[in-house]
Amino acid sequence: MSTLTLWLAVAGAGAITFALRLSFIALLGRIEIPPLLGSALRFVPAAVFTAVVIPLLFYVNGAVEVSIGNERLLAGIAAVLIAWRTRSVPLTLVGGMATLWALQAIGLGP
Amino acid sequence: MQPDGIARDLEEAIDEKSSSPAAAFIAGAKAIVPVLLALLPFGLAFGATATGSGLSAVEALGMSVFVFAGAAQLAAVPLLSAGASVAIVLLTVLVVNLRLTLYSASLAPHFGRLPAGWKGLLAYLLTDQAYAATITPFDEGERNEPDKRWYYLGVALAIWVTWQAATVSGVVLGAWASEGWSLDFVLPLIFIAAAVPAIKDRATGAASLSAGIAALFCATLPLNLGLITAALAGVLGGLVAELVFERGQK
Repeated sequence: MSTLTLWLAVAGAGAITFALRLSFIALLGRIEIPPLLGSALRFVPAAVFTAVVIPLLFYVNGAVEVSIGNERLLAGIAAVLIAWRTRSVPLTLVGGMATLWALQAIGLGP
Repeated sequence: MQPDGIARDLEEAIDEKSSSPAAAFIAGAKAIVPVLLALLPFGLAFGATATGSGLSAVEALGMSVFVFAGAAQLAAVPLLSAGASVAIVLLTVLVVNLRLTLYSASLAPHFGRLPAGWKGLLAYLLTDQAYAATITPFDEGERNEPDKRWYYLGVALAIWVTWQAATVSGVVLGAWASEGWSLDFVLPLIFIAAAVPAIKDRATGAASLSAGIAALFCATLPLNLGLITAALAGVLGGLVAELVFERGQK
């Protein structure tokens, strides 16, 4: 991606985000959020976060790899367990990285 | 002067102080401190993964200043490094940040009578954390009218400064770390840490599951449409699950 395209994306993303933030503060009660959009928004965090994570864990060199040799998948599963038990962001980061490094050191991969 | 006269004077002095703009600003900044500690790893992760994905320090900081929205910034990094088109990046940012309209609507009555400049400033600083920290005291009437903007500004500016400082620290960390450390793995980890608490009930669980399955099949879609397609599939899955579970209860 060229520098110009990147800044175009950054400026556009900034403008869109600002417009979303300002929307109702500026319009104050003159429009209402449609009920369907309101309920859909409840699912955005869980959906987006999962959609980002899954390819990063399952894909190795452009193909799905479900095996004991996929260190990132195993470390990711460990991180899910840590996040679920502790609800702590720092512990999830440290535990996930430590698991990945340990698996890389053991070298189960091809 | 009688002792309780002094006490009354002191009380009045404190009352007066607590309604001054500076005091409200400081009260807001103080109230948000525990949240700032939780925000640090996200800013660090953004700075580090942005650098690891080939963004320059200025570009990473530029994103934090212009966009100032953690989840959207983190979601945009893999798209940008994969060379996705501007339209795909913007569409993703739009979907990820749509929730900000909910906060905007909820805070609007409290900022209704402010001049346009104030509205613009407060809107620019609107984040999940700023909303969560201010809406309860505002709705419960703990802050009176002229105080609200200053209290909110104290909360939101503290978040802004923390986010920029964490971004810069993350950039430094990312540039200093070697490739052998696999620091790019911080990106999925930070999203795992965010996704797990976002799954609160069966319907949000269904949203996550549908998004995950869709992401597995959509990852190789052309134009990097995989993320946005999977996210929308997840939202749809959540809506359908909610309908089904509601019907099951009747």
